[in-house]
Amino acid sequence: MNSSRAGGTRSPARSLTYNSNLRKTRLFAVLTILSNVAGNSALTKGMQQLGDIGNSPLALIAALFHPWVALGVALLIVWTLTHMALLSWADLSYVMPVTAISYVVTAFAARLLLNENISFARWTGIVLITLGVMLVGRTQVNTT
Amino acid sequence: MTKWILVLMVICATTVGDVCRSLGMRQHGELHDFRPGAIGSAVGMIARNSYVIVSTCAMAVSFFSFMKLVSIAPMSFAVPMSAAAFIPETLLAKALLKEAVDWRRWAGVGLILIGVFFITQ
Repeated sequence: MNSSRAGGTRSPARSLTYNSNLRKTRLFAVLTILSNVAGNSALTKGMQQLGDIGNSPLALIAALFHPWVALGVALLIVWTLTHMALLSWADLSYVMPVTAISYVVTAFAARLLLNENISFARWTGIVLITLGVMLVGRTQVNTT
Repeated sequence: MTKWILVLMVICATTVGDVCRSLGMRQHGELHDFRPGAIGSAVGMIARNSYVIVSTCAMAVSFFSFMKLVSIAPMSFAVPMSAAAFIPETLLAKALLKEAVDWRRWAGVGLILIGVFFITQ
């Protein structure tokens, strides 16, 4: 069985490294989540303003010059960099579920920015995702 | 129909993108120094990593499929649907990346996927 982060056999020096690594992981996870949600929200707002743009690659490239789409792309570049940094020390099977809290943040962002409703079913989803993220958050950041 | 093809494209491209990104970053090693100069040189090195190059191409496919998807479907459909990529990604994290995927990680992924089903209702 994998040792949990509350494992009592760690030496003080290892524990210090471990805690600073956990702080770094949490900081980068928060940056990854926020840039992802803000980027997706800006992108969606821009694409909704543009409407159906057809299938031509040129139309997609032209869409990049729409202000909301451009902001979305810039934020998704920040997401790419923080996500890559996180994966340089953390497991993919840790990063992926933990950053899934962005689906919950997205639901609230959609409520605030796009006036989409949060139904009872959607609240159920929010609770389940949060529980799943908390469960994975209790596992070790790196197991390899 | 088109939206389901786009969902499938997003899932496949995201899975390839994430797994290759993880392989590439692991090959590069843990990032410690976050001063602007150090970030610049790290980005220069990472950009030459072949896994990272494949990952970036896959992410571009995922990104453009996603852009097309959000132009024909609401974000509340498009964003959570891409979560199905969690299943192949977790399987590959165990099989290919040799990560210790214990019951808490699988249960977490299960809860998140059921949650994603509800959040799309």
